[in-house]
Formats: sequence, structure tokens, C-alpha cells
Amino acid sequence: MIEQPTALELVDAVIGFIETRAAPQLKDRDVFLARVAVNALLTLRREIEHGAAAEASATARLQDLMGEEGDFASLNTALCQAIREGTIDITAPALLAHMRASIIDQVQIDQPNYSGLKAALAGG
Amino acid sequence: MEAADLERAINQVAAKLAPGATGASDLRRLSGGASQETWSILANTPSGDVPLILRRRPDSPTGSGNAVPLATEAALIRAAAARGAPVPTVPYVFEEADGVGEAYVMGKVEGETLGSRIVRNDAFAAIRPKLAAQCGAVLAQIHAIPLEGLPEVAHSSALVELEKYEAVYRACGAERPIIEAALVHLKRHAPALERQTLVHGDFRNGNLMIHPEDGLRAVLDWELAHLGDPAEDLGWICVNSWRFGNHAKPVGGFGDYSQLLDAYEAAGGTPIALERVKYWQMLGSMKWGIMCMTMYLSFANGADPSVERAMIGRRTSETEIDLITLLEAVA
Repeated sequence: MIEQPTALELVDAVIGFIETRAAPQLKDRDVFLARVAVNALLTLRREIEHGAAAEASATARLQDLMGEEGDFASLNTALCQAIREGTIDITAPALLAHMRASIIDQVQIDQPNYSGLKAALAGG
Repeated sequence: MEAADLERAINQVAAKLAPGATGASDLRRLSGGASQETWSILANTPSGDVPLILRRRPDSPTGSGNAVPLATEAALIRAAAARGAPVPTVPYVFEEADGVGEAYVMGKVEGETLGSRIVRNDAFAAIRPKLAAQCGAVLAQIHAIPLEGLPEVAHSSALVELEKYEAVYRACGAERPIIEAALVHLKRHAPALERQTLVHGDFRNGNLMIHPEDGLRAVLDWELAHLGDPAEDLGWICVNSWRFGNHAKPVGGFGDYSQLLDAYEAAGGTPIALERVKYWQMLGSMKWGIMCMTMYLSFANGADPSVERAMIGRRTSETEIDLITLLEAVA
């Protein structure tokens, strides 16, 4: 709904400010922290773009897996409890497939260059 | 304690830092964790300055409650040296009367600890293929350190570690199915502690001083040493988080399992099954994931409001993607 600027444009404007104006003025540990800040904004950017879709897919998988309706948080809590209590088998292919798909979506937002993501994608 | 006061106090014991030393100078702070300070200092001798490193407990330490006292750390390094393992020399451990606090001095070792450089830089290309075997041989030496006469350290086992980290995870209040599944798997398959040895506890890139010419020159950071399963050390260096992008080389991003295990055995280490190493690797990934969560918590509760502490919380997912790959492999 909200445009001109969009959320992504705002994030890009702040990234541009940090990189071109602020970072060159910084010293020592603050140089490192400015880089971390830019990484945080890039993560936020990816989450704005893909977070809602990832959660919708995860919720749909959870509804299938748990055989009940509900939102992501309540179903995820129920799944954690089922794993903990042993009412769901941790080697069950449907469970592994759900966890794999969810964590691939999350790492694509959190750390898209992580070597373990490439390995997980290559592993099918 | 101010740097000038610290330097003055160190000068009082200068003669003990290096043969013939008459003073100490150029004290410089290298890094300061919440639980540990590292300083460089020169011992001044008639034949020139000797570069040394000072490890010191901050005046009001926070952070890891698992760390052994610095005097214990120094004693373990000396015990490792007696066994022939590559470690820094420890010329002096400060006493209370010295007024420096809890601290010791060690020799400076040339080399690189940053995993990203060791795994990627051309300077290390020639030595890289030899590093996994060196790690195996050195771990065999560490695990052969006689336990009699060692200072008191904690005892651990897979189940003790799981209990400890599960409690930390639960205290975070997070709901992460992969961590839950890893806990179930690791509890179910926890190996019995057949043979207890000294375990370094943090044997990985970052704590290994690697020289481009001859490789592993010193094993550093003994603060998490304990008695436990020797396979713990072999598994920890295989955790993907320490491979710095080189996923195809399980040992520290530079070597293969067989190189590590063969060299361990050749150096007199009691053979360890690959399966047991991989068990500890999985436990290690989970442990690092939970450690990232606790570092994020120090941001969330206001103890360390830096963006770096906030962002480290987004690295738990890295360990979870490694865990799901490992869980699928054993399912």
C-alpha cells in the first residue's frame, strides 16, 4: 500500500548513506560495525521481499504435517512439542522435508552466501 | 586497571619474562573479549627485545562461565608442551602479590589464526593439504597428556554437553524444530564415555596458529579444556562453521576425515570411529547454533546493544541448515 518511497527504497537509501557518506568517516571497530549494519539492512531487504512467502509456505506445510489448522507460530510450537515428546518421528520424510524447505528459505534471507546452503540445495 | 599501571606492575617481574630481561615495554592491547584480555608486550634484554603476549582476566569479567582459571590454562599449556604438542612457551604465571590480577605471559608465535585466510589465501596453498594430518597428530599428543598432576578441570560427556546446551536453548525461549530434532537424535545416539582424556574443547580455526611454511605452530585458547571424550575435539574442527566456505573439506576447510583420523592413529592416538567424530560434529553444530542464540540474547537484554550482537542471532540458521543435512544423512 505504501509507496513513494517503498520500504525497499528506504532501505536502499540508508545502505547508500552508510556506504558512501558514513563509513568513510569511521575508524577501527566502527568500520567493521558499519559493514555489519549494511549486512543487517541487506538481510532486512531480503526479508521484506521473501519473508511473507516463506512463512505462508511453511504454514501450509505445517498444516499438512500436523493435520490441523492454525497460524505459523501455534503450529510451529505444536511441532516442536511433538518432536520433543516423541509423538512425531524425527526420521519421517515429511518432517525432514518441511524442516529442510523452511531452513533453506530462512538461510536465503539470513546468509545467502553460506556454504551449507549450497550444500543443502545440491543435496536435493 | 589502566595500561600504564599494568605495564609498571609487569616491569616488577621483568626478569622472569625472558632470560636476562631488565625491563618490559610497549604494552599494547590486542583484543578484549568479555572474559579475556590479550596484550602484546616486549621484554627488554641486552640482546634485544623479546615479543610476548599477556593473557589477563578483566577486572570485572563477564561472559563464558565455562572458562578455566588462567593459572589452570597455563598449567595445561605446559603439560601439552611436555608431551611435545606445539603450544606457546609460558615463561611466567602472575601471582597475586604481583598486583596484575589473574594473568600469564606466553611467547609470541608467528602465523595466522584467521580461518578465512588459512582456507583461501595463496600463501597457505602449499601447506593446506598437510594441515588435517598435523591436526590429527597434535590431537593425539594432547589426548595422551597424563591426567595425574593436572589441575582440576570440569568433566564432561556427550550427555552432559547436551543437558547443558538444552538448558541454555530452553532459557532462550526459542521454538526451533531443527534444534529440537537434533537434541532428540543426539540424546538417542549419545556414545558411552569409554575412555576419558584431556580435551582441548575449542580446537578449530581461530585458535590454531598456522604458519605458511610449516603449518600448525601452536594450539591456543585452552580456556574450555576439560576431561571428556577425545572424539569431541576431532568433531569440533569438522563443524561447517569453521570451514570458511570450503564445505568440501570437512576438516577446518582444509582436509579430509581420513587424513585427520589416520594421522591421529599414526601418532599413537587410540583409534576413533568416523561415526563418532560425525556424532560430535553434529553436536558441535548444534552447540554453535545455541551459542549464537545466547550472543543474540546479550543484545536483546541490553547487555551489548551492538548491531554485531543482533546480527549474530541470524547465524543460528546456518548451523540449522548444516544440522538438517546431517540429520538427513543418518535418517
